[in-house]
Amino acid sequence: MPLGARRERKIGRWFVDVAVLVKQIPDPEAPADFDPETRTLVRSGGLVLDDSDSYGVEMALRLVEQAGGGEVTLVSMVPDGESSGLRTALAMGAAKAVVVSDPRLAGSDALGTAKVLAAVVRRIGADLVVAATESTDGYTGTVPVQLAELLGLPSVSFARHVEVGATGLRVERQTEGGYDEVICPLPAVVTVTAGVVEVRYPSFKGIMGAKSKPVEQLGLADLGIDPAEVGAVGARQEVVSIEPVGERAAGEVVVDDGEGYRRILALLEEWKVL
Amino acid sequence: MAAMSRILVLAEQRDGRPLTVALELIGQARHLAGEVDALTWGAGAAGAAVELGAHGARRCFSLGDLDGALAAPRVAAAVAGGLGAGDLPDAVLAATTYDGRDVLARLSARLDLPVLTNVVGLDDVGGALVSSHAVLGGSRVVRARFTGPGPALFLVRPKSFAAEPVADGAAELIELEAPPAGPTDAAQVLARHVESRGGPSLDDASVVVSGGRGLGSPEHYALVEELAGLLGGAPAASRAIVDAGWVPYAYQVGQTGKTVKPVVYLAFGISGATQHLVGMRGAQHVVAVNKDPSAPIFGLADLGVVGDVHQVLPKLVEAIRARL
Repeated sequence: MPLGARRERKIGRWFVDVAVLVKQIPDPEAPADFDPETRTLVRSGGLVLDDSDSYGVEMALRLVEQAGGGEVTLVSMVPDGESSGLRTALAMGAAKAVVVSDPRLAGSDALGTAKVLAAVVRRIGADLVVAATESTDGYTGTVPVQLAELLGLPSVSFARHVEVGATGLRVERQTEGGYDEVICPLPAVVTVTAGVVEVRYPSFKGIMGAKSKPVEQLGLADLGIDPAEVGAVGARQEVVSIEPVGERAAGEVVVDDGEGYRRILALLEEWKVL
Repeated sequence: MAAMSRILVLAEQRDGRPLTVALELIGQARHLAGEVDALTWGAGAAGAAVELGAHGARRCFSLGDLDGALAAPRVAAAVAGGLGAGDLPDAVLAATTYDGRDVLARLSARLDLPVLTNVVGLDDVGGALVSSHAVLGGSRVVRARFTGPGPALFLVRPKSFAAEPVADGAAELIELEAPPAGPTDAAQVLARHVESRGGPSLDDASVVVSGGRGLGSPEHYALVEELAGLLGGAPAASRAIVDAGWVPYAYQVGQTGKTVKPVVYLAFGISGATQHLVGMRGAQHVVAVNKDPSAPIFGLADLGVVGDVHQVLPKLVEAIRARL
């Protein structure tokens, strides 16, 4: 189905189908280190939904509610078909999920990831693609806009407020010293910064309903992607070395006895900032 | 011999003044390539050529005012099109900024080339460029390189390099029309709003006063702002309170956020997750106040005060207020 073709007007209601790119990541609180063999970061424990993505899910749900119709589909790429990290988002109100996994995806970089996610969006069709500005673990912050370019779509990054209307989107885009008011026709890609919407808690009904929502599992062959384009081969980059950095020497730690602020004052004077 | 014959720096500017990070990128590019070109855009772009030249850019391409279009589609199209000349540089450097990231993302997809992001160092190793990346709270450095043909695309974090003027530097100004970027170019900026709070920017401030979840609730952040104001510094925040919606993303220091290197960094109610430390460990001096004696931020503080921020911070503000 071509992108954007599903937007139609029905008695004052707009139907907006939103694809939300979500990443299931190792718990950021879990201890991490490098595997000396593969030079990749390894963490213990299972996968959780990247906290940054919960804002995108919430924003997507609100836009569908505001439009009056449409549905939210989660799109996620994981190493092993895992979808446990998507349960909360389904319970919040997303209609379904598409999970892509394939052993040949291991070591994919941002562009390879964007190619896979773009193929999914092309397959399911969407009026709008929403993502976080960056993931908590990889934080390249390039995947959504790479995906936009691959799909030939406009994009508005760093959105802190989004409204959908008859002519498309109205977005407040965060800037260094304030924000830009941006309009953008659909279909489009939007990335949202964290903290811009209050994320809802799933209701009991939502939690129960999430268990029966469809989670489609796809591989590279289903998407018609050449394995050479993705994974470590497609990334066309390598880690040369991983080295420790000289630690800063820790200074003094004192317990506040009510006069701790005086120690700070003295140092601010010594450092000539007061 | 230089690793590269030509590097293109995507040099953002505002009203004819290049951003400091653009000058930092040119400074480093000069050490790595025989020729350094700059590409700039937006209102006043042509005026930036003087300063870019003074820092070592040989040619300065300007796309001029983009008439309310977002930068990324047109700038990426211009670079992919060879800037009128047809040939691509050996490497393209852009800064991790709101626009820089989008430009390089679009360029990467257009050229079907990978991009190395969050670069904090770039060296010539045996004729190839090797990038450095700070990971695990800055406790390790990962070095990486491309294995395929270029142009090599690098997205560099601000404050990674020094900006230094060169003697007799001057750039030839070449004004270009931005090529059409098709449907990707459909977004339009209607208005730009400035939410000025006065004082130095977080990038330039010599004192940064930062608050975290330990402040308890958003209204307590006002004291962080007041202390920053009293010290002529800038307020900042940990990711936790940005995510909680207390302050905008522009305040965030850390891996997903800004890198700051002030003379003094004061952290109130910040435990020091690795995510935060990577953004502030370059500060000359650090003072941290936290109730948890095992807070990781104490590990790199000149002075750590184990205590209640709601006691220490008001007293500190009061004492400084009394002096001014």
